[in-house]
Amino acid sequence: MRLIYFAWVRERIGKPQEDVELSGEVETVADLLRWLKSRGEEYENALQYPDVIRVAIDQEHVDHREKLGDAREIALFPPMTGG
Amino acid sequence: MPDFEPTVRIQAQDFDLAAEVAKLTAGRTDIGAIVTFLGLCRDESGRLAALELEHYPGMAQAEIARIANEASERWPLQGLAAIHRYGKLRPGDNIVLVVAASTHRQAAFEAATFVMDFLKSKAPFWKKEHQADGSEGGWVDAKESDEVAAARWRG
Repeated sequence: MRLIYFAWVRERIGKPQEDVELSGEVETVADLLRWLKSRGEEYENALQYPDVIRVAIDQEHVDHREKLGDAREIALFPPMTGG
Repeated sequence: MPDFEPTVRIQAQDFDLAAEVAKLTAGRTDIGAIVTFLGLCRDESGRLAALELEHYPGMAQAEIARIANEASERWPLQGLAAIHRYGKLRPGDNIVLVVAASTHRQAAFEAATFVMDFLKSKAPFWKKEHQADGSEGGWVDAKESDEVAAARWRG
């Protein structure tokens, strides 16, 4: 599964994307954020306040209760500031 | 169902407001109202040298298309275009353009506002500030008021 990061999430984690293998216990977006946060200081720093992190699965916004299912691409980013 | 596909473009290069309006009205005599919104990069009283706009390429296009399609189903429009730039933009540069065409003004005003309200809080773009004094700039914080503006269209 490919994870993509944007803006300060990308800067704090220190890479724009990565491929990860998830265990069966990581079922939802909230599980994924919790699992990522335990991977090291840079992840902890980026995901310190998980509630503010916005998530898209295969380029569509989802909330944190959403099941990952057979997602190909999951993006994590801060609230958007376009326009 | 509207009989047109909204125009949505995500691009680094500049756009021309008059040219985009002309594209929507070319050869038509049924359009009675055009509303445009043009968003510009501002310098915050001289504090900013530039804004860096980061985006999520595939999703930015898809999300603005979703918003534009919803607007074209909700209002009787004859044309709709939304263009958003990315990359490093200087104060005075164009950032975003929305053009809504309809028979009467109300639909065009409301549709243009709707597209901008949702674009602000749903389109995957992020602004980073470059300070005029050369010091490290930060990411622009999302505004609560933008969420509120989008929420008022629901229900």
